[in-house]
Amino acid sequence: MADLSIDFCGIKSPNPFWLASAPPTNSGHQIHKAFEAGWGGAVWKTIGAPVLNVSNRYGTVKYNGQIIGLNNVELISDRPLEINLREIAQIKKLWSDRAVIVSAMVESTRGAWKNIIEQIEDTGADGIELNYGCPHGMSERGMGAAVGQVPEYCEQITSWVTEFSSLPVIVKLTPNVTDITFPARAAVAGGANALSLINTINSIVGVNLDTFELSPNIGGKGGHGGYAGPAVKPIALHLLSQVALVQEVSRAKMPISGMGGIMNWKDAAEFLLLGASSLQVCTAAMLYGYRVVEDMIDGLSNWLDEKGIGSVNEIIGASLPRISDFGDFDLGFKTVARINQDSCIQCDLCYIACNDTEHQCIDLYRDGELVAAGHDARDNGKHKAISSRPFPVIRESDCVGCDLCHNVCPVQGCIEMVQVPSGREGTTWRQLSSERPEVTQDWDAMKAYRAEIGLDIH
Amino acid sequence: MALNPSTLEPQVLRQNFHEILPALTSREAVIEATRCLFCYDAPCTHACPTHIDIPRFIKKISTQNNLGAAKTILESNFLGSTCARVCPVEELCEGACVLGSDHKPIEIGRLQRYATDHVMDKKIDVFKAGKPTAKKVAVIGAGPAGLSCAAELAKLGHTVTIFEKKPLAGGLSTYGIVVFREPVEVSLAEVEMVKRLGVTIKNNVTVGTDISFDELNSSYEAVFLGTGLGNVPNLEIPGENLEGVVDGIEFITQTKTDDLSSIKVGQKVAVIGAGNTAIDAATIARRLGAHVTMIYRRTKTEMTAYDFEYDFAKLEGIEYRFLTAPVSIKGSIFVEGLECQTMQLGAPDASGRPRPEPIPNSNFTLECDMVIKAIGQEKQTNLASQLGLTLEKGYIVVNHQNQTSNPRVYAGGDCVRLKGDASTVMAVQDGKIAAKSIHSSLEGGN
Ligand SMILES: Cc1cc2nc3c(=O)[nH]c(=O)nc-3n(C[C@H](O)[C@H](O)[C@H](O)COP(=O)(O)OP(=O)(O)OC[C@H]3O[C@@H](n4cnc5c(N)ncnc54)[C@H](O)[C@@H]3O)c2cc1C
Ligand SMILES: Cc1cc2nc3c(=O)[nH]c(=O)nc-3n(C[C@H](O)[C@H](O)[C@H](O)COP(=O)(O)O)c2cc1C
Ligand code: SF4
Ligand code: SF4
Ligand code: SF4
Repeated sequence: MADLSIDFCGIKSPNPFWLASAPPTNSGHQIHKAFEAGWGGAVWKTIGAPVLNVSNRYGTVKYNGQIIGLNNVELISDRPLEINLREIAQIKKLWSDRAVIVSAMVESTRGAWKNIIEQIEDTGADGIELNYGCPHGMSERGMGAAVGQVPEYCEQITSWVTEFSSLPVIVKLTPNVTDITFPARAAVAGGANALSLINTINSIVGVNLDTFELSPNIGGKGGHGGYAGPAVKPIALHLLSQVALVQEVSRAKMPISGMGGIMNWKDAAEFLLLGASSLQVCTAAMLYGYRVVEDMIDGLSNWLDEKGIGSVNEIIGASLPRISDFGDFDLGFKTVARINQDSCIQCDLCYIACNDTEHQCIDLYRDGELVAAGHDARDNGKHKAISSRPFPVIRESDCVGCDLCHNVCPVQGCIEMVQVPSGREGTTWRQLSSERPEVTQDWDAMKAYRAEIGLDIH
Repeated sequence: MALNPSTLEPQVLRQNFHEILPALTSREAVIEATRCLFCYDAPCTHACPTHIDIPRFIKKISTQNNLGAAKTILESNFLGSTCARVCPVEELCEGACVLGSDHKPIEIGRLQRYATDHVMDKKIDVFKAGKPTAKKVAVIGAGPAGLSCAAELAKLGHTVTIFEKKPLAGGLSTYGIVVFREPVEVSLAEVEMVKRLGVTIKNNVTVGTDISFDELNSSYEAVFLGTGLGNVPNLEIPGENLEGVVDGIEFITQTKTDDLSSIKVGQKVAVIGAGNTAIDAATIARRLGAHVTMIYRRTKTEMTAYDFEYDFAKLEGIEYRFLTAPVSIKGSIFVEGLECQTMQLGAPDASGRPRPEPIPNSNFTLECDMVIKAIGQEKQTNLASQLGLTLEKGYIVVNHQNQTSNPRVYAGGDCVRLKGDASTVMAVQDGKIAAKSIHSSLEGGN
C-alpha cells in the first residue's frame, strides 16, 4: 500500500485529507469523531471575533437530483472563544498523530492578532490558518475577504502573525479577486509558511419561483453567500495551479493546501497533480458525513498502487509543467474525431451537436447510404426503429478536431480524438506574432497565410 | 357444481385488482427523466406507433414543466393516458431506447403516465375545439380508434357524433383491459376529455340495427368505422353450453364493471388459448382466488402473447399445459372436467407455425369447474358487408390514408388490423391518420 503520509511545512499527518475550517470542525466532540473515521487532520472552525448567526444559512444547486453546489451565509465560530480553545487542547492531547490546525480571524489590529496567536499557541495546536476569505458578514467588518482582497492588508497582517507565532502559518486565500497571484505574493512577503485555497466564491444560488424569495431565505431577505462543493472544483484547480506557478511560491517550495469541491479520491488526485500537498474538504463531509474519507483514502491508495507510485508525495505538482497558455499552444497539432461503431449506441447526440453548433462534419448513414433524419408515420415497433437507425459518420476532411462530439458522447471511449498529420509546421501564436506580426493583425494577411499552409476553414 | 362468487375478502380483492405499477413520485419522475439522453431523432419516437416526441416530453418532466409534457404527449396521442398503461412498451418505445444496451431503458410508459396524470387529475384541457367548419362527421364505435379520430377532427373544428352500441364509451379500454393495468376511470376520463371538445357520443346505438347506415350517410359528410372485433368464437367442441363455460372477454368485462365480490369464478379453472386475452382472463381468475391452468395446443414458442406477458402469468402462479388440445367439456349441467388430447408439432401450417397433431390414445381429463374460452375475437363483418366494403379475411381493407373502398368511409383500429398486433396505440394512430385524411378531403372537396 502506498505511503499516504505527508509533512506539510512541519505539520505531519497520516494522510493528506484534512477537514476544512467549517461546520464539520466546529467542536472537539465532532473532530474526535472525524479522527475516528480516519481524517488525517482538521482545521478548526475559524475562531476570533464575536459573532451572531442567522437562520436559514444554506442554499444548494441540484443537478440530476444531486447537490452540486452549496452556498452559505454562515459566519465564523459562534461558540465562546474559551470553549473552543479548551477543546482544541483536549483534542490535540488525544490525537497526537493527527494535524490540528486552528483557523483564526480577528479585528485587523496588531494587538488583537497578538492576543489570539498567544492563546492558540497555548493549546498545543500544530499550526495556524489565517482566514482571509470569508466573503460575507466578516468582510463588512474589515475582516476575511476584506483582507484577502487587498494585498497590502494581507501582507501586513501576515507579518504580524509570523512575528508573534512560533507555529507554521498558513494563509487561506479568497477566490473573490481578479488576480489571485497578488494576495499570494503578499502572503509570501508577509512571511507565511504555506498557503491554502480556495475559500468560498461569492454567489447567489437561486430564487424561489413561487415566492420570489432568495435562497437561503432569511426572513424575506437574502444576499450573496459563499459557494462551495463540486461546482467550484474547476475554479479551484485553476487558482491552485496559478498560485503554484507564482515564482515566489515555487522558488520557496511553499506548500499549498488545496480545496474547493473535493468530493472523492479522484478530485483529490487532481489537486495533488496540480500542486496541492495537503487536501481540505468541507462540502463532501457536510453532505454525507465523516465516513466519506474512507473511500478517499482507499481510492487514492489503490490508484497509487496501480500506477506503481510508492508515496503520495511523488505526484505533487506532476501536471504543473503542462500548464501553459494559448500563446504557446502548438498550432500545428491536429486531431480528428473517430467513432467506434461497435460501441456506438446511436443516440446521434454527436450528430446534432456538430451540426447545430460546430462544423457540420458528421453525417448520418444507413447501410452505406447518406440519410436524413425522420421516419414514415406508418412505421412502428422496436425492430423497425432499431434496424433502420442510422450511424453517425465523421467527414474527417472537414473535422476541425474541436472535441465537442467526444465530450457529448455518452459512451466512454466511443469517440476518440486521433492525432493526424496537419501538414503544417509546428508554430505558436507567440512565434507568429513576433515572426510574422501582420498575420496576427490583418485578415488579408491571415488569409494568405492560411493559403500558404493549406488550412481551409469553411 | 354451480359457480360461486370469489371467497376472498373484499379487501384482498381490492388489493388484487389495484393498478399494479404505482404512479411515479415527482422525485422518481425527475430523476428518471434526467437519465434520458435526449437522443436526436430518437428511436423511441420512431418505435412509438403514434410517434410521440418522447425526448421532448421527458425533458419537460425533468424541468417540472408537467403541463408542457402532457401537451407534447397528447398532441400525438390523444389517449396518452391509456397508452401509458397498456402499451406493450417492451416491443415499442422502451424496446428501442438506446439505453437498452445498458439493460435499463428509460421507463417511458411510466413517465408518460406521470405527465398525463397531471392534466387528468387537475382536469386541465390542453386543447380547444377548432374554429367551426360546419362539416359533420359520424364515427361508429367509441373505442380508441373512434375516440382518437373524433378528438383530432374536433380539434380541427369539425362537428363529430360518435355512435356506440355499449352503455359506456371507451371500447376495450373501458370493457376489456384488466383493471389492474388500466382502471376504468382512466378510460372514462379520456372519454370526458373528448366530449369537452364538443364531440357528441350517442351510447346504446348500434349502427346497422338501431340506425341505418344510409341514414348516417345522408346527414354526415364522412364516416369513420372503429368497430373493433367481436366476442370470443366458439370452440366447436361438445359441452360448450354447460354452465361454467364463459367468454374470456365477458369475464374480464365483469371485473371492469361489476362489484368484485359478486363475480362468479370456479375453484379450478381451465383457460383455453395463448394470446393476450387468455393471459388476462387467466390472471383475473387467479386473482379472484382460483387455481388456473392454461391449455394451449402448441408450445411456448408459438404463443402469440408477448414474452413479458408469459413471464407475468408464470409469476402469478398460473400453470401452463402446452401441446394440449381440448376435446370436450364434461358435465351434465355444470362443468365437471375438460377432456384433452396431447399433441405433437408437425410440419408448418399456413401461418408458418408448426401444425399441432394429436397423439393417438393420449386423451385425459383435466379436473375443472370452469372453462374460459380465450381463443381470439370474432370479426364483425355485419356492418362492413352491409356497406359493401372490401374485406380481406373479415378485416376491412384500407389504404395508407385509412380510407376504405368507399371513398367517404374511413376505418381504423382492430377492424382493419389484418397485419400486425392489434393494440390500442395502433388504433389511436389509425384514428389520427384517418382524421387527417378526412380533414383534407373535407377542406379540399365539395
Ligand atoms: C382482453 C384484451 C386485452 C387487451 N390488452 C391490451 C393491452 O394490454 N395493450 C394494448 O395495446 N391492447 C390490448 N388489447 C387490444 C386493444 O384493446 C385493442 O386493440 C383496441 O381496443 C382497439 O381499439 P378499437 O377502437 O379498434 O376497438 P374497440 O376497443 O374494440 O372498440 C370498438 C367499439 O366499437 C363499438 N361498436 C362495434 N360495432 C358497433 C356498431 N355497429 N355500432 C356502434 N358501436 C359499435 C364497440 O362496442 C366498441 O366500443 C387487448 C384486447 C383484449 C380483448
Ligand atoms: C457552511 C460553511 C462554513 C464555512 N466556514 C468557514 C470558516 O469559518 N472559515 C474558513 O476558513 N472557511 C470556511 N468555509 C470554507 C471552507 O473551509 C472551504 O474553503 C470551502 O467550503 C471549499 O471547500 P469544499 O468545496 O470542500 O466545501 C466554510 C464553508 C462552508 C460551506
Ligand atoms: S454520441 Fe457517441 S454513442 Fe451517440 S451516436 Fe455519437 S458516437 Fe454514437
Ligand atoms: S404511446 Fe405507447 S408506445 Fe408510444 S410512447 Fe407512449 S407508451 Fe410508448
Ligand atoms: S431512446 Fe431512450 S435515452 Fe434516447 S431519447 Fe428515447 S428514452 Fe431518452
